[in-house]
Amino acid sequence: MQFTIEVGRYSPDGTYAESAVPGAPFPAPWDRSPARRYQTYTVDLPEHAVVLDALIAIREYQDQSLAVRCACRSAICGSCAMWINGHSHLACKSKLSAFTKDGKTRVESPPSMPIIRDLVCDMKPFWDKHLAVKPWLQNKQPVPPPNEEYRVSNASMEELIQEVSCISCSACLMDCESFAVNPDFLGPQALAQAYRYAGDPRDAETKERLAEYSKPGGIWDCTHCYECVTQCPKGVAPLDQILKLRKMAVDAGFTNNAGTRHADAFAESVRESGRLNELTLMPKSVGFFNIVEQIKTLPSAFNLIRAGKLPPLIHKKIPGVNRIKTIFERVGGRFK
Amino acid sequence: MIKDHDVVVLGAGLAGMRAALEAARAGADAAIVTKVHPIRSHSSAAQGGINAAIGETDSWESHAFDTVKGSDYLADQDAVEVMCQEAPRDIIEFEHMGVIFYRGPDGKLGTRAFGGASQARTYFVGDITGQALLVTLYDQILKAGVKVYEEWYATALHMEDGACRGLVALEMVTGELHLLRAKAVIVGAGGLGRLYEPSTNALICTGDGYALAYRAGAPLMDMEMVQYHPTTLAGSGFLMTEAARGEGAYLLNSLGERFMKRYAPNKMELAARDVTSRAEATEIAEGRGLDGNVLLDLRHLGPDVILRKLPQIHEMALDYLSIDMIEDPVPVRPGMHYQMGGIKTDVDGATAVPGLYAAGEVACVSVHGGNRLGANSLLDTIVFGRRSGKVAADYAKNTPASTGGEVLLRSEQERLRELLSRPYTGETNAGLRLELATMMDKLVGLYRDEAGLLEALDKLRGFKKRYQTIAVGDKGRVFNQALTFSLELGYLLDCGETIIRSAIVRTESRGAHTRTDFPERNDAEWLKHILLTCRGEEEPELSYIPVTMTRWKPEVRTY
Repeated sequence: MQFTIEVGRYSPDGTYAESAVPGAPFPAPWDRSPARRYQTYTVDLPEHAVVLDALIAIREYQDQSLAVRCACRSAICGSCAMWINGHSHLACKSKLSAFTKDGKTRVESPPSMPIIRDLVCDMKPFWDKHLAVKPWLQNKQPVPPPNEEYRVSNASMEELIQEVSCISCSACLMDCESFAVNPDFLGPQALAQAYRYAGDPRDAETKERLAEYSKPGGIWDCTHCYECVTQCPKGVAPLDQILKLRKMAVDAGFTNNAGTRHADAFAESVRESGRLNELTLMPKSVGFFNIVEQIKTLPSAFNLIRAGKLPPLIHKKIPGVNRIKTIFERVGGRFK
Repeated sequence: MIKDHDVVVLGAGLAGMRAALEAARAGADAAIVTKVHPIRSHSSAAQGGINAAIGETDSWESHAFDTVKGSDYLADQDAVEVMCQEAPRDIIEFEHMGVIFYRGPDGKLGTRAFGGASQARTYFVGDITGQALLVTLYDQILKAGVKVYEEWYATALHMEDGACRGLVALEMVTGELHLLRAKAVIVGAGGLGRLYEPSTNALICTGDGYALAYRAGAPLMDMEMVQYHPTTLAGSGFLMTEAARGEGAYLLNSLGERFMKRYAPNKMELAARDVTSRAEATEIAEGRGLDGNVLLDLRHLGPDVILRKLPQIHEMALDYLSIDMIEDPVPVRPGMHYQMGGIKTDVDGATAVPGLYAAGEVACVSVHGGNRLGANSLLDTIVFGRRSGKVAADYAKNTPASTGGEVLLRSEQERLRELLSRPYTGETNAGLRLELATMMDKLVGLYRDEAGLLEALDKLRGFKKRYQTIAVGDKGRVFNQALTFSLELGYLLDCGETIIRSAIVRTESRGAHTRTDFPERNDAEWLKHILLTCRGEEEPELSYIPVTMTRWKPEVRTY
């Protein structure tokens, strides 16, 4: 079967611009260098072939200058995450037939990561974040003698298989909406690994970890867009792990932060009035007496007014709000 | 650029990282050079588990005997004893590092059954054991602050007065060639699976470590012993872990028979890998296969066992064959998987070359002999990785720093420049590699005979000639993979030659080496290892050393 692949090419040497047929230009913010462009290839492959098969076929028999990372070809090594039709996927797990749109498949290095060459991006932001969560066991004392294991339940180990299944491909970070606007956000993979250790019954520093992860850039900077859950090829569901960390952090008393206040204000508003009071949400989140941060939010407020998005000044309760309160009481916990 | 370290480790899989961690713990300034990020290393593809005699009813002697029997009595028994005695502590150490091993109801480590073992002694994390060990070890490397030169591609070892004193490596991202000087070098660069097509191995398993050490004068041993795994996925050749059979899966032929009853009536599907692979090949050859495959049937295990203990192979069969193993059996066939032979080392990883150490698949201690037992390879990497790291660090303490190497750096620069400037002749790397790998599978695979092996050697000589004319189809400075593929093909050709030559010499059938013209094991003549030493462009020097036996005399091998 014939497949048409449009590959985002880039060479820091600038060699492609002169030597090869120019294709369509890259969209902003990439479209700055003449060395960046799309190149179209046609490959003949079986119907069930994956995108990586096509890239390997191109590299081996059509154009040896195409750079692409790959090793295992079976979604284990995590090398080949890239943008396929505008979202991050593993090339070895993406069937060409499913990713052919308007007669072609577009493949490129994700714009969220620095580019090195062609489909090879600089993974430094990813590994820096991984390192930042201290991804190693801080052994609970006493460590058993060298011929004895920690006695823990199998359930507590199986609970962590989901996070250990992470192959560090970075598909989650590449498409993370929060990372796109805030490079300091630790991101889905690192926070999933943070939970992998914080949730380990053999770890001694759960409290220290939760304090660290509750800081700006940590668990509360996730915006719940679910991109990481959608894009993860191994079912790690990083957002779920972030939510587990939030619950652990709040239970451990790390509540003096905008994230917890935001969640509290949200729940309180719904409990008291049956709907969200958007007017008070922002001030409550940053803290009423945090004058500096309050002032920082003013430009956003003006923007909302200008866009006609200012919430009503008088917040009304919905009819039957008492029944909402009953729900909160039944559910119990922090907000009852 | 020139950089200096006490110990440089080539390769960042389990053996390489374990060696580096141990060298760092012993006080050495250790650095790792790896052509891919450590997490991409092929150790992550090990699925089923890791062996040790930890349970109260088990003993290291039993583990050692199973290993020796599995090796078809070619393993050195002193080395096997070391590995099996130290296995429990090494595995417990990984547990203390944080590996989330499966537990029994008492909260202690739990096991699963594996091939060729008289007891269930395989410790595991689902079917991602290698990955679980690898990420944990990588995180320990981060914690210890070991320097990692990632995506640095080694092109030659730096030799000084007959001793290894570092290596030259190409930094892929900049295209710059560096000299890394060291007092000791540990090669933990993994296998050579790409020499065969198909193979379960990743595209990065190109025998770099074997060839670099061989060219530097270290002999390669038991290279004829190439393992075919009984269950690789039809089509793609991806690994379907032995743990499937460990959990109780059946092998069926086209008649729906559990055919292993004819080949291994006691162990059935859990016979050693060489035995099972040959049984499958016989079934297929006698017309009881399905399109060149047999069936791996897991249906009776039920969705709970499959999804909880074997989720990765369940996903792979779904992804690449659209088969749900809960509902249907999976077509599998024997496929090239592992190289038992390698750089000859002692139990401390030391090779014949001073300052050069090796561990993991690339090394041959030898603990696997003619056939490796499933779940012994992860064990090999962490036991001998640790031992070589310690001994190399100690050696470095008493060794003066190297000061030379600039000459090698310049000659390597010149060699790469020549490679890049060759004119295009119509010959491509990929084409030649495919021809080589297909030939190896056909003539130097599961079954061999003299005529085929001589033909293979003849063909290989031709490939080597053609290799000298191949042009590199990319002239770029940054991330020039065409250049590294070209170097890899050179490594593969060297590996292929040693395999073929050793296979010609061994005129018997033992373990994975099956000669149809010599179908019997011949203990009178062949209880010895075959070693090949490189002599430049001349034919390699052939030598033998006897198998070390401590307590187990060769017996007839049945399962």
